[in-house]
Amino acid sequence: MAAVANKKASSVIFKATAYIFCILLTVISLLPFVIMIINATRSTTQIQQHAISFVPSTFLKSNFDVLTGKSFDPFKGFLNSLIISTFSTICTVYFSTMTAYALTAYSWKLKKPFFTLIMCILMIPAQVTSIGFYQFMYKIGMTNNFLALILPAIASPTTVFFMRQYMIPSLPMEILQSARIDGAGEFRIFNQIVLPMMKPAMATQAIFAFVTSWNSLFLPQILLIDNDKHTLPIMVSQLNGDIYRTEFGAIYLGLLLTVLPVLVIYFLLSKHIIAGVALGGVKG
Amino acid sequence: MKKPLKGVSYAKWGYIFSIPFILIFLIFSLYPTIYTAVLGFTDCVGLNNSEWHFLDEPFANFDSVIHNKSFTTSLRNTVVIWMMNFIPQITIALLLTAWFTSHHNEIKGKGFFKVVFYMPNIITAASVAILFNALFSYPVGPVNDLLVSWGIRDESYNFFVNGFASKCIVAFIQFLTWYGNTMIVLISGVLGISPDIYEAAEIDGANGIQTFFKITIPNLKTVLLYTLITSLVGGLNMYDIPKLFLNGGPDNATLTTSVFIYNQAFSGSYLFNRAAAASMIMFAIIAVCSAVLFYVMRDKDEAKLQKEMRRAKHDAKIKGGMR
Repeated sequence: MAAVANKKASSVIFKATAYIFCILLTVISLLPFVIMIINATRSTTQIQQHAISFVPSTFLKSNFDVLTGKSFDPFKGFLNSLIISTFSTICTVYFSTMTAYALTAYSWKLKKPFFTLIMCILMIPAQVTSIGFYQFMYKIGMTNNFLALILPAIASPTTVFFMRQYMIPSLPMEILQSARIDGAGEFRIFNQIVLPMMKPAMATQAIFAFVTSWNSLFLPQILLIDNDKHTLPIMVSQLNGDIYRTEFGAIYLGLLLTVLPVLVIYFLLSKHIIAGVALGGVKG
Repeated sequence: MKKPLKGVSYAKWGYIFSIPFILIFLIFSLYPTIYTAVLGFTDCVGLNNSEWHFLDEPFANFDSVIHNKSFTTSLRNTVVIWMMNFIPQITIALLLTAWFTSHHNEIKGKGFFKVVFYMPNIITAASVAILFNALFSYPVGPVNDLLVSWGIRDESYNFFVNGFASKCIVAFIQFLTWYGNTMIVLISGVLGISPDIYEAAEIDGANGIQTFFKITIPNLKTVLLYTLITSLVGGLNMYDIPKLFLNGGPDNATLTTSVFIYNQAFSGSYLFNRAAAASMIMFAIIAVCSAVLFYVMRDKDEAKLQKEMRRAKHDAKIKGGMR
């Protein structure tokens, strides 16, 4: 009897500790963003008197006027980010599925070396080759051109790797064979049979590709020099500059506007996103 | 692996479907990489410079980068900030994993906690960096507000002039954005461990702590190593947060190698050759890390099969010898 009671008590203590810790982490994770949202609605004077408040104020409009009054054009940035992210996502998902298909459905001599190559370049980040990339783009006149950020998305080793992992167990060769007997060409088989079957995996990869592209700063920052080509993260980086030095309300609002699309995507698709991370630890 | 089709050869389609990837890889990835490597040996300095020459002393740029105080500081900072972020990150992620996968004590609201803990990871890092700059701002800012009103300090503290405090904040932001991700990867690793092992442990009367250290951790080795290396490479490329939080300051305390490379090439003096040399040094470090990961993640089943084949051959030989 005593042992059972003891076990129960320790279980209660365990649960209490776990819940308190989790709630603490929840507060730490959410608080910065809550402050950001609330302060976006407060005036700079209010923020300077009390930087933390949980009561929204009514200065959203005036903050917005201050923000857009000084070279910050969130709509332009939104549009630019949207164009780049959408097209690079389409390129990444479509062509990665195609490459994964080549690696799964056919047996060809250089298949293994090709896959080894993909594994080798999996970890190489854009930063270390950026100097040559910039010089090359400059030479062929592709700075300030969105294509310089969209086209490289066609060769995305991480996405190929995960599409292949997903495809190996779930692509029935018998269906492909019967399609061939019916006279379908290889491209038609890929576009009309394989792509629909890969939809769930493609959707997950699309979310990650979109968010990664939306959030990326390094390459857009060095390639897009013209003001009206700037993406949202580049615009955000200017919020730290001298022109907004004391306009806290406007800074918080600018931050809110840049992360709003990502937050909306996240709360609509969080289930899929978390399942996708669990599937293979995608690092953005 | 599926069996290849007999009869008509479809091999050429494997090549055809790989063309877009290979073409784009060659143009936008391999060529820039080689170009970067070449630039490291030249005198390419200044914007719009297309008339560069190879240096008489080929390794002069590498030499000057290695002996550049800022570069060695940035390397050290990168490692220090990464460790300050990774150690608490992996500890807390493991703790949460143990709790969320516990068979003895079911925790409610796991789904909610996972969504909340992962959220910072998906938010634009650039925005998070600026947000923290605003949160820690001096003399008035949310953090200083809390410190004063809770009576921890009598007056506001300027975090941005203290190098160590700035490093801590950068490491904290890095921690905040990645611990949820690490936790989810580890949980999925634990869920991949065969339930039979846990059942057997329970029958043997193992408690939660014993189960965690004797079964979960050893079975999680590969996943842990994967996390370690991806995090290390990610940490080596830390750019958005240190760049936008304090632009590497104060006094280079948060200067990371990526920020160093950017500053060499694109702010002020346009030292593309030095930046290229620094990039190649980074490239070498990352290549070593990837090689380790590649070795760890290689096709396990295939390796096992090869091992068994070898053993079978070996056995056959011994048997042959006995006869």
